[in-house]
Amino acid sequence: MDQITGTNAGKPRSFQEIILRLQNYWAAKGCAILQPYDMEVGAGTFHPATTLRSLGTKPWAAAYVQPSRRPTDGRYGENPNRLQHYYQYQVVIKPSPPDLQALYLGSLAAIGVDMALHDVRFVEDDWESPTLGAWGLGWEVWCDGMEVSQFTYFQQVGGHDCHPVSGELTYGLERLAMYVLGVDHVMDMPFNDPDAPIALTYGDIFRQTEEEYSRWNFDVADTETLLRHFEDAERACTDILDRDADDPKTGKRIVMAHPAYDQCIKASHLFNLLDARGVISVTERQAYIGRVRTLSKRCADAFVTTTAGGWAA
Amino acid sequence: MPDLLIELFSEEIPARMQTRAAEDLKSRVTNGLVEAGLTYAGAAAFSTPRRLTLAIEGMLDQSPTLREERKGPRVDAPDKAIEGFLRGAGLTRDQLVERDEKKGRVFYAMIEKPGRPAAEIVAEVLEDTIRNFPWPKSMRWGNGTLRWVRPLHRILCVMATEAGAEVVPMEMDGITAGNTTEGHRFMAPEPFSVTSFDDYAAKLKRAKVVLSAADRAETIWHDATNMAFASGLEVIEDKSLLAEVAGLVEWPVVLMGEIGAAFLDLPPEVLQTSMKEHQKFFSVKNPKTGRIERFITVANRETADHGATILAGNQKVLAARLSDAKFFWENDLRVAKSEAGLSVWTDQLSNVTFHNKLGSQKDRIERIAALARELAPAIGADPDLAEQAARVAKADLSSEMVYEFPELQGLMGRYYAKAAGLPEEVAAACQEHYSPLGPSDDVPTAPVSVAVALADKLDTLTGFWAIDEKPTGSKDPFALRRAALGVIRLVLGLGKSIPLIDILFKPIAAHVVAGSVSASEALKIAGSLPDATNLHVRINVLDAKMSFIETAIDSIGSDEARSNYEIASKAHFTSLLSFFQDRLKVYLKDEGIRHDVIDACLAMPGNDDLTLLVGRARALSETLKTEDGTNLVQGFKRANNILTQAEEKDGVEYSYGADANYAEHPAEHALIVALDTAEAAITPAMAAEDFAGAMQAMAAMRPAVDAFFDAVQVNADSEILRRNRLNLLSRIRTICLQVADLTKLDG
Repeated sequence: MDQITGTNAGKPRSFQEIILRLQNYWAAKGCAILQPYDMEVGAGTFHPATTLRSLGTKPWAAAYVQPSRRPTDGRYGENPNRLQHYYQYQVVIKPSPPDLQALYLGSLAAIGVDMALHDVRFVEDDWESPTLGAWGLGWEVWCDGMEVSQFTYFQQVGGHDCHPVSGELTYGLERLAMYVLGVDHVMDMPFNDPDAPIALTYGDIFRQTEEEYSRWNFDVADTETLLRHFEDAERACTDILDRDADDPKTGKRIVMAHPAYDQCIKASHLFNLLDARGVISVTERQAYIGRVRTLSKRCADAFVTTTAGGWAA
Repeated sequence: MPDLLIELFSEEIPARMQTRAAEDLKSRVTNGLVEAGLTYAGAAAFSTPRRLTLAIEGMLDQSPTLREERKGPRVDAPDKAIEGFLRGAGLTRDQLVERDEKKGRVFYAMIEKPGRPAAEIVAEVLEDTIRNFPWPKSMRWGNGTLRWVRPLHRILCVMATEAGAEVVPMEMDGITAGNTTEGHRFMAPEPFSVTSFDDYAAKLKRAKVVLSAADRAETIWHDATNMAFASGLEVIEDKSLLAEVAGLVEWPVVLMGEIGAAFLDLPPEVLQTSMKEHQKFFSVKNPKTGRIERFITVANRETADHGATILAGNQKVLAARLSDAKFFWENDLRVAKSEAGLSVWTDQLSNVTFHNKLGSQKDRIERIAALARELAPAIGADPDLAEQAARVAKADLSSEMVYEFPELQGLMGRYYAKAAGLPEEVAAACQEHYSPLGPSDDVPTAPVSVAVALADKLDTLTGFWAIDEKPTGSKDPFALRRAALGVIRLVLGLGKSIPLIDILFKPIAAHVVAGSVSASEALKIAGSLPDATNLHVRINVLDAKMSFIETAIDSIGSDEARSNYEIASKAHFTSLLSFFQDRLKVYLKDEGIRHDVIDACLAMPGNDDLTLLVGRARALSETLKTEDGTNLVQGFKRANNILTQAEEKDGVEYSYGADANYAEHPAEHALIVALDTAEAAITPAMAAEDFAGAMQAMAAMRPAVDAFFDAVQVNADSEILRRNRLNLLSRIRTICLQVADLTKLDG
C-alpha cells in the first residue's frame, strides 16, 4: 500500500479489505483513526467523536467504524440488504476543509471505484436528527444510481450553531462493499479474503445473529422493562447534569458531559427498541423524540462548558 | 459599451433550486446596477449543478454624472442656518450661488455627483447580491460566516470591451474574483480563463458542460425519445422529472436499460413510482402491451465503455429496489387472497393510533363504516356495500407496499380489494375515498366511493372539533379545511339535497359523547368556540335533532353531564356549520361569485343544504349580471327603505296586500299585474328549486317597479292611498325575499 496517498492498486477482495483501505486512506489524510463507541447506537453520528466534538471551536479530525443498530430494519437475515445491525464508516473534520468533496472522491478511488467508468453524483439530501436537535445541509452521494454515502455540513448540533462547521461523511459499509465487490446478497459477501484458509462470509458471521435479534426485537423484548430503562436513563442523564461542576473530592471543575451523554444514547436506543416492538403510537413517538432531544441538548450545553468543548476558564 | 460576465461556482446546488436562483441572480444584480445608474441592453442567466451564470450586454462603462440644484436659506439668514445648509450640501460658502427671489436674496447650492466607474459599482452590487441571496435554505462552511446554498468556491467577474477583458476587482470572505472557472468535475476538471461570454460558453462546451438547463432538458428528451422510438417504445412524459434530471447533470448522457422480466408483472404505478422516486428514471412503455418494460437513466458523463458499467450499476440498483417491491407485492397478495383477507390488515390497525384522543385507526374505521351505512340511502348507494367498502378502504395502510411507498395508498387498496375478490365498487372506493384532495382534484361520483369519502371526512372534522383541534390562522395540521372543502365538493358533485344538519349531527354527538372528552371538558371546549354564543335561528332546527343526542347520552349518569354534552353538541354543530360556510365562500369566490351574493343566500332557510345554497347563489349571481337584475335589486332596496321607515314610524307592518280599488295611477295597476305574474311564476319555481326560473320572474318585474317609482309618490297626502302603496311595496319585498335576502347585497 502507498503510505502517502493511502491508495491500493486494484479491486479489494473482501468486506474487511474495504474497511482497511478506508482506514488507511483517512489516516493518510490526517484523521485520528478512532475505535467504535462501546454502546448501542443507531448511527455513527451518535458517537461522541461526532456529536460532541462537532461542538465548540477546537479543530477535530477523526474517522472510525461504528456498528449501528436499527431494530425495525431486522429481516431475520433474509433480505439481501436490510439488517438490524450493520456498520457505518464515519469521517468528521472540523473545520470542513475546502477540498472535502475531492477528499471524499479520493476515498472511493481508494476502495477500487474506477472514476473513469462510474457516474458519481451529489444529490440534495438535507440531514436532520430530531433526537439530537441537529441538522445540516449536504447530499447523498450516488454511484451509478446507488446511494453510497451521506455528505453533510453540520449547521447545528444539540441546539447549538456549529462554529466552525464540521464536515461529516457517512458510508453505509455493507451496501458500498456489496457494490464494489459485485455481491447481490449481503450474506454472501466475503468478510475476509475468499482465498484465506478459513474463508468467512458476512453470513457466516451475522446470519444467525440477525435471526436471533430480529425475533427478540420484534416479539420478545420486554416492553415494560424497556420503558423502565428508558425512564431510568432519562433520569440518570438529568441527575448527572444537575451536579455542581466543582468536584468536592478533587477540588477540580469536572463537568460530566460524557457520562450524561451515555445515558442520552441509551435512552435513544431504548426508544428505537420500543418502536420496533410497535408499542409507540404516532403521537407518542413525537413526545419520546422530544424527550431524547431535551437530553441531547442539555448534554451539548454541558459539553461546551468543558475544555474539549472550547471552554476556557 | 462593456459586457459583463459573472459566474458563481460552488459545490452541487440542489436541482430544485437552480432555475429560481439563476433568475434571482439576474434580477438582483441588474436591479442593483440600474439603481446605481448603470443601464444595460440585455441580460441572461444560466444554471448548472455547480454554477450560476449571468451575462449582461451593453452596460454603461460608468454611471452618469448627476447635477442637483438645492435651494438654501436667505442670504441674510442666521449663520447657523447657513452653516447647516453648507454641511448638508458638502460645499463652502464661496461655492454657493445667490439669486433674487420674491422674498429676498436666496442661496443656491449646485451639487454635482460625479459618475462612478462600472467596475466599482459591479463589485458592490455583486457582493451585496451574494450576501443577501434569497436561497430557500443556506449554510456556512469551514471557518467562515458567509452563507451560500453549498460552499462557494470561485467568483468569476469579467468586464469585456473591445479593448480587452478585465477582472472586476473584488474580494469577499477570502474569495477573490478572477477570470477562471473549471469544466466538468470528472471529464475536464482543469481550470481555464475566459475573456467574454461567448468565449466562456464555447470553452465550457469543450470542457463538457452544457450551460443552459433548457438545452440539457432538450437533449435529454430528444435522445430519450429517439432511443425509445428506435426500439418501438415510448417514454412516459414527466416534466417535473425532466427538469429535475436536467439539474443533476452538466453533461447529460442518456442510457436505456431493461427492467428484469421478473418485475414486469408489478402494477405499472409501482414500477413508475419506484423508478421515479428512488432512481429518477423515466419509465418506457411498450405501446403494444401497454406495459412499462424499460427505463431511461441520465448519466453525467461519457465513459470509455459507452456507459456499460454505469447502466449495469443502475440496473442492479433497480433490481434490488424492485425485488423489494415484488416481495411486498407478493406478500400483500398472499394476505389479500387468504381466507381472512383484508381483515388481517384492518385488525392490525387497532395497534395504530390515529390520534391519542380519537382512538386507533381501527376505531376510526368502525365509525366511518357506521356513518357510511347511514349516509348511503341519501347518496343512492347500497348501504351494505358502503359499509363493506368503508371497512376495507384503509386496510392497505397495513400492507408492506404502502409502508414502503406511502404515496401509493388507496391505489394499492384497490388492487388488493380486487385480489380479495371484493366487488368492483368496493375496490374503487378504496382508491377514491381519499378524493378530492385539493380544489382542482377530481371528485368521485360512484355512490359507494362518495359514501365512504364523505364518512371519512365527516368523522375527521367532527372528531377534531370535539377534541378542540380546530385550524387556527395558518395552522391546519390535520388538513381540516381541505376535508371540509372535500365534503362541499362531494355533496355538490352529487347534485342531491343533503342537508349538513342531517349528516353532521350524528358524528358530532358520537364524538362529543365518545368518552375521549369528559363532560366538563366538553363544556369548556364548547365555550371557547367562536360561534358558541351565537346559536340564533339554527337552535330550533337543532332541537329537532336533540332526541338523537338524548338517546346517546341517556346512559350517562348525572343530569349535569347530560346537560353539558347537550350544550357542547349544539355549540360544535354551530361552529362547524359556520366553518363550512366559510369554506364554501372561499370555494364560490374562486368561481367568481361575490361574497355579498353568498351572504344573501346564506340568510335563507335551508342554508345547510349545499346543493340548494349553491344553486341559489349561482342563479342570483347570473341574475345580477343582467341589467334587469341589477335594476330590480335597486328597486327592491328603494321599496324596502321606504317601507322600513314607514313601518318604524307608524309602528305597524304593511302586510295586508294592496287593494286594486285604491290604485289611482295606471302604474299602480300595472305593478299589481306584474306582482301577480311574478308571484304565480316564482312560487312553483321555488318549490321546484328552479332558482334561475324564479329569479328570471323576479327580474321581469323590473319595468313595472321602475315605472311605479317614476310615476307615483308613495307618501301621498291621502292616508288611504299611502297605506295601499306601502302594502304594494310590501308585496315587492315579500316576493323578492322569497328568492334571496336581497338586503344583504352591496350597493
